[in-house]
Amino acid sequence: MKLEDKLFLVTFVPDSETHLSAIKQETCRTCAGKPCISGCPAACWEHEAEKNEVLVSFEGCLECGTCRIICPYHNIQWKYPRGGFGVKYKFG
Amino acid sequence: MHEPQGLRTPAKMVAAVYFSFPLLLLPILRACRTKSFVEAAMAEDKFDVIVVGAGPSGLAAAVSLAKAGLEVAVLERGVFAGSKNVMGGVFYRHPLEEILPDFWHEAPLERAIVEQRLWMLGAHGHTGIAVRSDTFGGIKPNCWTVFRAKFDRWLAQKAEAAGAMILTEATVESLLRENGKVVGVHTNLEDGDLRADVVIIAEGANSLLLRDIGVHPEIKPNQVATAVKEIIALPAGKIEDRFNVEPGQGVTIELFGSLSRGGVGLGFLYANRESISLGIGLLTSDLARLQVKPNDLLEALKEHPSIRPLLASGSTEEYMAHLIPEGGYNAVPRLYGAGWLVVGDAAMLVDSVHREGSNLAVKSGLLAAAAVVRAKENNDFSAAGLASYRNALRDSFVMRDLKKYKGLSHFLESHPHFFTVYPDLINDAGTAFFTVNGQSKREMQRRLLKMIRQRRGLLGLMLDAVQGGLTLQ
Repeated sequence: MKLEDKLFLVTFVPDSETHLSAIKQETCRTCAGKPCISGCPAACWEHEAEKNEVLVSFEGCLECGTCRIICPYHNIQWKYPRGGFGVKYKFG
Repeated sequence: MHEPQGLRTPAKMVAAVYFSFPLLLLPILRACRTKSFVEAAMAEDKFDVIVVGAGPSGLAAAVSLAKAGLEVAVLERGVFAGSKNVMGGVFYRHPLEEILPDFWHEAPLERAIVEQRLWMLGAHGHTGIAVRSDTFGGIKPNCWTVFRAKFDRWLAQKAEAAGAMILTEATVESLLRENGKVVGVHTNLEDGDLRADVVIIAEGANSLLLRDIGVHPEIKPNQVATAVKEIIALPAGKIEDRFNVEPGQGVTIELFGSLSRGGVGLGFLYANRESISLGIGLLTSDLARLQVKPNDLLEALKEHPSIRPLLASGSTEEYMAHLIPEGGYNAVPRLYGAGWLVVGDAAMLVDSVHREGSNLAVKSGLLAAAAVVRAKENNDFSAAGLASYRNALRDSFVMRDLKKYKGLSHFLESHPHFFTVYPDLINDAGTAFFTVNGQSKREMQRRLLKMIRQRRGLLGLMLDAVQGGLTLQ
């Protein structure tokens, strides 16, 4: 089963502003492994080749915190979404 | 002499209604009391205790504190308590029954676990053990599978009934501090700041507040696992047939071996009422090292020949991800300070050897509540006034169990063959042992020994056995 089909089953209440972002793109450029991209269970992070930037789609974030901890440079700004926003599990 | 029967009965009824009227009023009075104390507390922005996070640890603390008569507010960032909460799915009777006796008669539980299996997965199948006993089930089951979104919501209602206030959609952004003491929380609510004598931090594995007050340096990637899970729907009858259980009974299977691709990782498969929870967790540092995607690990597990038939014809209903504390004893941060305590996953209280977490969370919540009640009696919320929490936790099964296995996470990280070489070796040896192909048993024995020599070496095997034994001693 494809990840996007699974994420389709999850309820999200998307906020208008992001709760996570890469702090310095220069740091991401020097990062060889970019483990945030492969490690995120919801594939929120991607590398945009043209601008050579690491971008995030926060709307599908499962709020696990993996990216925050896996980043070797502590270069991810991570806070919890505002109350009531973000992922809303039916089963959990 | 005697009143006519016909008159007596209505008279008794009137009397009964008359005398029970105050009883009928009780819930209303209780609601008023709750409301008034909450209003009073909000007006002066002061509670006795603020609990950050409505999970098992925070809610256990809240129930306990409210029952002791303290003014408690639980702040939960989700739309309802439980809406952000995830775990593998096993909840134990002990120690929640200490504060909610017989809770299993009304709590939303899935299946009482009567059989626990441990499977070592190889490429072609598995070798496993299973422990089944009627004593796990019966009238006082040992544990159940649960859905946290349902269970925690129910537990929050119990906390509310005991007199605690549950504030949902309230994200705590930081702790308020004055003169080195925690005096409340800053939230995203309209009147952002709420004050309390004590703040109990129960925000889960991905704790930001501890880092912000400098108690917990940034969590290291080898101290947590990233876990993903799917809920796969199946009719109850199919589950009972596939797991050989009766209605209401369930089975858990813990999985390790080839599924973690050489990293430190565990899988699990738990039977719910009308679904299966299938998940896998890998040490977050291994996730980085191996550059694997969590969902790919889960998909590979679903296709494993020992797992696939258990899931056949099921349909996925939900997918989720969460961190699991794996650092054990050595990763437990400072547990208390002036005006604050930390409980549950936020304090890294998980015993991964026995896949126990929620019971440690509940116990820590109860012990934290007891310490706060004592501090309230003495009107001393300083670090010294709250220190009884650390002592009680140290003397309980929580820290004793974590201490027993304190060397294990390091041992497994430095001995990856427990997740690679051995499961394959055991599966291949077992397969050779049971395969009939005209070879004599002595030849088969020689082949098995050769297999061990080639893959690990007899000395390596012995060292692993001794070192592993010492670690688990």
